[in-house]
Amino acid sequence: MSQSPIVEMKDISISFPGVKALDGVDFRLFPGEVHTLMGENGAGKSTLIKALTGVYRIDEGVISVDGDVVQFQGTADAQEAGVSTVYQEVNLCSNLSIGENVMLGHEVRGRFGVNWKATHEAATKTLRKLGLGHLDPRASLASISLAMQQLVAISRAMVTQARVLILDEPTSSLDSNEVEQLFSVMRQLRDEGVAILFVSHFLEQVYAISDRLTVLRNGQFVGEYATGELDQASLIGKMIGKEITALRSLDSQSAARGHRQDAETVYLARGLGRKGSIEPFDIELKRGEVVGLAGLLGSGRTELARLIYGADRPDSGDVEIHGHKVAVHTPAAGLRRRIAFSSENRRDEGIIRDLTVRENLVLGVQAKRGWARPLPRKQVDEIVDKYMVELGVRPSDPNRAMRNLSGGNQQKALLGRWLATKPDILILDEPTRGIDVGAKAEIQEQVLQLAAEGVAVIFISSELEEVVRLSDRIIVLKDHRMIAEVTNGPEVSAETIVKIIADHSTEQNAPVARAHKTKEVAL
Amino acid sequence: MTAATMTESRSSTSLKDWIKLRLELLPTLAALVIFIAMVIYGEVAYGRIVQMSTMSNLLINNSHLIIIAVGMTFVIITGGIDLSVGAVIAFTSVAGVMLTNAGWNGWLVVLLMVAMGGLFGVVSGVLVQYFNVQPFIATLAMMFLARGLASMLSTVPERLAADASILALATQFKIIDGPKVNDLIITPGVIIALVVVLVAMFLLHRTRTGRTVYAIGGSEQSAQLMGLPVHATKMWVYVISGLLAGVAAVVYTSRLGIAQNITGIGWELDAIAATVIGGTLLTGGVGFVLGSVVGSLVLGLMIVLITRDGGIPPEATTIITGGILLVFVLLQRLVLARQRD
Repeated sequence: MSQSPIVEMKDISISFPGVKALDGVDFRLFPGEVHTLMGENGAGKSTLIKALTGVYRIDEGVISVDGDVVQFQGTADAQEAGVSTVYQEVNLCSNLSIGENVMLGHEVRGRFGVNWKATHEAATKTLRKLGLGHLDPRASLASISLAMQQLVAISRAMVTQARVLILDEPTSSLDSNEVEQLFSVMRQLRDEGVAILFVSHFLEQVYAISDRLTVLRNGQFVGEYATGELDQASLIGKMIGKEITALRSLDSQSAARGHRQDAETVYLARGLGRKGSIEPFDIELKRGEVVGLAGLLGSGRTELARLIYGADRPDSGDVEIHGHKVAVHTPAAGLRRRIAFSSENRRDEGIIRDLTVRENLVLGVQAKRGWARPLPRKQVDEIVDKYMVELGVRPSDPNRAMRNLSGGNQQKALLGRWLATKPDILILDEPTRGIDVGAKAEIQEQVLQLAAEGVAVIFISSELEEVVRLSDRIIVLKDHRMIAEVTNGPEVSAETIVKIIADHSTEQNAPVARAHKTKEVAL
Repeated sequence: MTAATMTESRSSTSLKDWIKLRLELLPTLAALVIFIAMVIYGEVAYGRIVQMSTMSNLLINNSHLIIIAVGMTFVIITGGIDLSVGAVIAFTSVAGVMLTNAGWNGWLVVLLMVAMGGLFGVVSGVLVQYFNVQPFIATLAMMFLARGLASMLSTVPERLAADASILALATQFKIIDGPKVNDLIITPGVIIALVVVLVAMFLLHRTRTGRTVYAIGGSEQSAQLMGLPVHATKMWVYVISGLLAGVAAVVYTSRLGIAQNITGIGWELDAIAATVIGGTLLTGGVGFVLGSVVGSLVLGLMIVLITRDGGIPPEATTIITGGILLVFVLLQRLVLARQRD
């Protein structure tokens, strides 16, 4: 890189109440490169982008564009300076025409106001530059596919003569052909000297398109690498903060637990899937079994769990529970089938902050009974007494508001809420995230005990060691696809899982890679 | 011959495509069809509908409704609502008449009435934009405020002196002197309404501000991220609605010569109904000024037909309005569902 960077961010820090979202992060973006920002959710990728585009104010540090120190006041300001952003959700107006979306705010004006003919011509010119000349600028935006809309959004960015293009997870809702089309546009822009900042959770895509990577972890700068010099395993190691050697030293602690191969099958799904959420998968759950879901954040773990519970409606596949074919399309149906799901988003999808612990505890049972049949006081007391003691919720006063409990105790109360519904299948999504070590150990213990009592548990966690320690079987996910199933044993460790994720080349089943190949052959 | 067939087939597909592309026009066209159907039905059943005097009166009697419906169109396209217009008309007209009777210059009073309407719009806009109040609540508060202020000014009908200059706005000019009383008549009030409609069309379709109004209705967040002036524009739509309420008050007062604190009760709802019948989506993003004009005329013609019929109790008017409204809302749902496919 002989040129000077077009964007340089030095020592950027941003604090939100109680959290340091970015802590002294450096970032450099050069003209004519695709630079990927890597990191788990919460690592600070979006915050960094928002700092650059002026959505957030930085507390410390310097941002310079083209050598000039800048402090943008918002998106419009950034656009003025040639920094355009295309977000994960297509941020266009589907009530307007394609051409208008491209030109909004930059319409060609004549003596009689906006000159629509000239505006549409200008739109077509811009669209043609990105190989979208076949689109009719007068057609409604809603009439074209999401992928096309994403490309239109990029065209819009180019109207403002963007020299820096930020693409924040643009591929998450695209299928592989559409991704390929996006990539060819990105390559073309890169060759024209546009600097592209790319964010994606899909490792294969990152390796297919980017020239360099910057890795963030917990709001801190980990490093800047050329894509070629960092293999997938090392990248994952840097993202989750464990060197591969450290992972290697951990061995499986679940070896002592016997496998329950012969237990009765509680749940069986074939080809269950939902477009844009998770590719069709098969899964079988047996009585008294802990099945761990492993994969990076955004790999489809939560999506899989939500499909099983009925929080999302599957669009393909069959489900059998206790051998009966059933449809679980709503949470209420999930509850009726004795499936319980504790969400990873404790604050928004778990606790009701302003209700008491008592009220929070009985919510699950009450929802199952239906609102017309309130629980008798005696039964409420029984449930509350039982689970407060059994799970060790502290403080032990059930009449406190939920918001006054620590994260760990909130999590225990939530676990109690679902246990009170007497589930056959219990799905725990990140039950130990953000809670202290003591509470964590108690919850892990509880999971194992529940399994011993015959509950089938699906355990989701970003901490691979924890998954390996607790699970009888581990299902590995990557890029919204189930890629492997591992029966736990002494030889299985966190490193095994990392290796599976890193080594899993999408070549056998991913059309993205296939598209590459055919292209090469054709050339 | 081949060439001819080809052009023909192409034009037929292009018509189909055009309808597909402009699906959002469908409710407006439907309103137009209903209006024409009502005219034809009225002519056949009661007679004397398709004639110059009836049409002139339709315009004269509904010009105030057309004006506030145009203002409402701006607000509703952004996804908001303005419930204050009826009460604002009451306040500005009572205040205007009282000022005129107190000896103020009539044309200055006209300007003041419009400005006062605009001021209510500014307050609504500030509440919505800067205090993040729901448009429904903000304009409801303005409605109570304006109605209360009107009642404080006077609770009896305030009559303009016969020589008040504002009355000139209701002067009837005969454009075509037809047989008997069948004349084509126009008043300055009607001309004001027409100008309002033309200016509004220009604003909405030919200025960046107007396109921002549509963009906000499509997705406010997107509009913001596209770098459009969302804040200022949202402010403007309420100011425009308020200003037009003031204009409507001028036109209405000049026609009646009386102002009262109970004037305009429920007019905001008539304006909303006219706007919706005319094809503007209550969720925002889609709508046409001309549609709202047609919607106003549908409502106006309905009252004419009910009066002519004589057999329909006037109490049923609201039921029929409700029915028409329901049909149009369902039609819009249908169009939306089709668009999503």
